[in-house]
Amino acid sequence: MLLLQIDTALIIEKAILISVILMGSLGVAMYATWAERKVAAIMQDRLGPNRAGPFGLFQPLADGLKLFFKEEIIPDRSTRFIFILGPCLAMLTATMTSAVLPWGPDVEMFGRTVSLQVADINIGILFVFGVVSLGVYGVMLGGWASNNKFSLLSSIRAASQAISYELAMGISLIALLMMTGSLSLKDIVEQQHGFWHDGYFTWNFFKQPLGFFIFLICAFAELNRAPFDLPECESELNMGYHQEYSSMKLGFYLFAEYINMFISSAIISTLFFGGYNFPFMDKVQAAVPGGVFALACVGALMTKVVCMILFFMFIRWTLPRFRYDQLMKLGWRTLIPLALVNMLVTGAVILFTMENPKPSEKKTTEQIETELKKAQAYNGKVN
Amino acid sequence: MDIYSILFWVLSVMAVGCALGVILSRNPVNSVLFLILTFVAISGHYILMNAQFLAVVNMIVYAGAIMVLFLFVIMLMNLNADVEPQKGQMVQLAGVISGGVLFLIILAALKTAATIEVNPTSTDIGLIGNLGKVLFKQYILPFEISSVLFLSAMIGAVVIGKKEPGQDLPRSEEKAVQQ
Repeated sequence: MLLLQIDTALIIEKAILISVILMGSLGVAMYATWAERKVAAIMQDRLGPNRAGPFGLFQPLADGLKLFFKEEIIPDRSTRFIFILGPCLAMLTATMTSAVLPWGPDVEMFGRTVSLQVADINIGILFVFGVVSLGVYGVMLGGWASNNKFSLLSSIRAASQAISYELAMGISLIALLMMTGSLSLKDIVEQQHGFWHDGYFTWNFFKQPLGFFIFLICAFAELNRAPFDLPECESELNMGYHQEYSSMKLGFYLFAEYINMFISSAIISTLFFGGYNFPFMDKVQAAVPGGVFALACVGALMTKVVCMILFFMFIRWTLPRFRYDQLMKLGWRTLIPLALVNMLVTGAVILFTMENPKPSEKKTTEQIETELKKAQAYNGKVN
Repeated sequence: MDIYSILFWVLSVMAVGCALGVILSRNPVNSVLFLILTFVAISGHYILMNAQFLAVVNMIVYAGAIMVLFLFVIMLMNLNADVEPQKGQMVQLAGVISGGVLFLIILAALKTAATIEVNPTSTDIGLIGNLGKVLFKQYILPFEISSVLFLSAMIGAVVIGKKEPGQDLPRSEEKAVQQ
């Protein structure tokens, strides 16, 4: 028998947290479909869904039910395994990103300190990038396996768009990371504590406005949302990469898109708008018990996320779609040079206003050097 | 057997199995998918050695960018199992023998090479802060030289990809076909 030393309480705690986050993101994505239709309707002076329940609130349930009961068609000449793998990958990568996001401050519960973050790894934001860069496989494989030229064209568009905009996104983030000095999302959020400190805003949006705009545009492109929804542009490609899909597989693709929108709104709020921090939070913390304060923090984050999602929707129903060469030109010739300039300026400002390095940092450098010397000495012995 | 060695064995079996899948599968798209899984397994090994940065960069660069380009090319050229040229038995035999000899040489070279002993559970040399300090203090010159190499490769790619003035390739080809 294997004797594994596992902290059972920790496992239970994380399992509960993961299920709550998963259910939460599915729920938000579900109602994002409803909100999108309502927003579109209001902006076009229509009523929108209003039959199922009050204000059409049961519409997403009806849609989901409809998708489940539709006939499942797998094209004869498709590559069957990869055809099924496509939507699974899209869903998997959409839900994986939420693991490193801090949803709230630590809570004291049943004598334990519970962290409202599934995993605080010290490369949090890079993990997000890793998962996002894998996200394109769902679209690519699905489009290829359908054995349809429109699907294939659309998936190739999606891949080249994603790769082009990932570059500008990464470079715009480097400027931000130079200021925070940490890749951990928890650290980044804690540095933006409150709203006002030492005569300036603490939120990164006010320190990196250009970086934020570049990041936002790239987020639109990565999400395949209008005005960058070229992979599914109806007028050129019929329906896009999910043309051959039916039933719940199609549902997975559509749903993954909304989950991605929720998660990227949460990431933008975390990076640039202070995450779960809100103005006067210290006074609130002193006045109410810890659990209520944590709930208020989660509520603040959710408010920011909902505002971000609404903003995504307003843009979709306002701007027309880009042409493909315009998209590439914007990405390569405008956003990347702009992000590089932003990075250089940020670096110069940090260099000229930097204080002396803290003693704790010096120590770690020395430690590394001794470790390396030890390794070299060991090498010498072996040789 | 602790959790560390269980994970190690699972990841190792996955890495070797998927690497075999890369060369054994007939369909090039399947090969690419197996290669991605191999990268995932190798990233898992990095995480076991507490080198989180390397693991994630391996995922972003290799699995996320390079393999997407591979897949791109394979999809555009529509390479399938039935298009693949079948090689004769002699060629296959020669391949196996030369590959085996190469494997033997690498094994012999690695056997006598010196290795740095790293305690996999307690070191934090792979964390991003320490890695950056080592790169920019100890190995600054090689690091800068390799970045210049990358830059020149990038410029070379742009030069090759650029259309020469007056050259309009697709139309001239069309004309040639018509004539």
